Amino acid sequence: MADTAVKEVKKREPLLGKKERKLLLDPLNDNNPITVQVLGICSALAVTSMVLPSVVMAVAVTFVTGFSNLFVSLLRRRIPKQVRMIAQLVIIAFLVTVVELLLKAYNYPVYKQLSVYIGLIITNCIVMGRLEAFAMANKPWQSFLDGIGNGLGYGAILIVVAVVRELFGKGSLFAGTPIALNIIGPNADYWIDTSSNPWFSWYVNNNLMVLPIAAMFIIGILIWIQRTVNPKLVDVS
Amino acid sequence: MSNSYILTFTFILTAVVALSLTVLRQATEPMAEKNEELFKKKAILAAVKDYLPGGKSIDELSGDEILSLFDEQVQDLIVDAAGKVVAEDGGENIEVAKVWKEAPEKRQLPVYIYKHPEHTCYIFPMRGKGLWDDIWGNIALGPDLNEVVGVAFDHKAETPGLGAEIKDNPKFAEQFAGKKIFDEQGQFVSIVLKKGGAAPGDEHAVDAITGATLTSDGVTAMLKDALSWYLPYIESVKAGKK
Repeated sequence: MADTAVKEVKKREPLLGKKERKLLLDPLNDNNPITVQVLGICSALAVTSMVLPSVVMAVAVTFVTGFSNLFVSLLRRRIPKQVRMIAQLVIIAFLVTVVELLLKAYNYPVYKQLSVYIGLIITNCIVMGRLEAFAMANKPWQSFLDGIGNGLGYGAILIVVAVVRELFGKGSLFAGTPIALNIIGPNADYWIDTSSNPWFSWYVNNNLMVLPIAAMFIIGILIWIQRTVNPKLVDVS
Repeated sequence: MSNSYILTFTFILTAVVALSLTVLRQATEPMAEKNEELFKKKAILAAVKDYLPGGKSIDELSGDEILSLFDEQVQDLIVDAAGKVVAEDGGENIEVAKVWKEAPEKRQLPVYIYKHPEHTCYIFPMRGKGLWDDIWGNIALGPDLNEVVGVAFDHKAETPGLGAEIKDNPKFAEQFAGKKIFDEQGQFVSIVLKKGGAAPGDEHAVDAITGATLTSDGVTAMLKDALSWYLPYIESVKAGKK
């Protein structure tokens, strides 16, 4: 008796079956929220001048997409459709405020650095996009994975962009963290000192890289690379 | 779905959310307040960074060390526009951002005296406008109230990598140490951020930030305005010393 019961449960809901893995991993490449769905561009341009705030932003957005998907999916049959957007926004705003309060209490410098962008997660189209497109019509566990997957897909692009921008814009990586690296710059604090190294005397940090517009170019190039490597993304029509 | 269901649903949802946020806020507020206080005091002591105990930099000091250092060695006066000391302490509770909006003659602002055994420093909070929004900072003068010990700037919304360098680039702030705010005749001249770089040996100028002319001009204006406001107090301390 007990054996059959276990089997039945297993058959009904594998915790991380093929479908669940797809939900989690698809947004990292084939269905990336930034490069394929083209959502959440605004904050991807704004916070990616350095790696540290990008990582914090990625974690915060992943938390918000994951749990808002979970809560909305749990309530999906109870949310009246006339007020579903408002109900979704209340849940998103709740989670964002939780992130803000926790950062304020546990990591004040990063809170100061991200300042207004934490609050702006509320308006990040990825969050509401996933609620409307997925959580309103799917079970809680799958919705949660979909949220986490999309958060990670967003975060992955953020971090790639931030690494490029920080490296070429400031010559450093992970500045502000214990593993801060000073790679290339005009004085002896950097590994490659452009003022004394004969091979790199021509090199100067690119000021364009620290401006949001550089992120636009980098995201464009990422989309180009992704579509070259992954031809099924190319729109044939 | 009926209207009453929609109303009840909305009401319960918002009530639950409001209640949980209130609880969380109550729970985290003491920590957030301590962080805020620490952040402010750190910004003040960052201006005297060469004179911190044990030759440490401000980031090497722990939060508790900074708070106790501030309690023990910093006097927070309140001065008025005529340079009179209004109160001997309590300056740290003044919200500089708010007071700065008042008419200059009505302002009462804090002056922090850092009682280093050999090198008393006077720290003056400043406020001004950058390119996009407010900028602010603290400037520390040495015992002669002329030579700059150090500065620490911050900003609300300057462009990262350009205007934001006033805070992010330690090399920018380091330029100020050793500069003088009075010329040889004792006339107030402030310190100017020079586009294209200050002339070597110029005691009243530092290099402006490349690509951030408007923020640099904002810092120049802030230094001039703020230091002129404190000038009566500076003169009265100098007169008292002679």
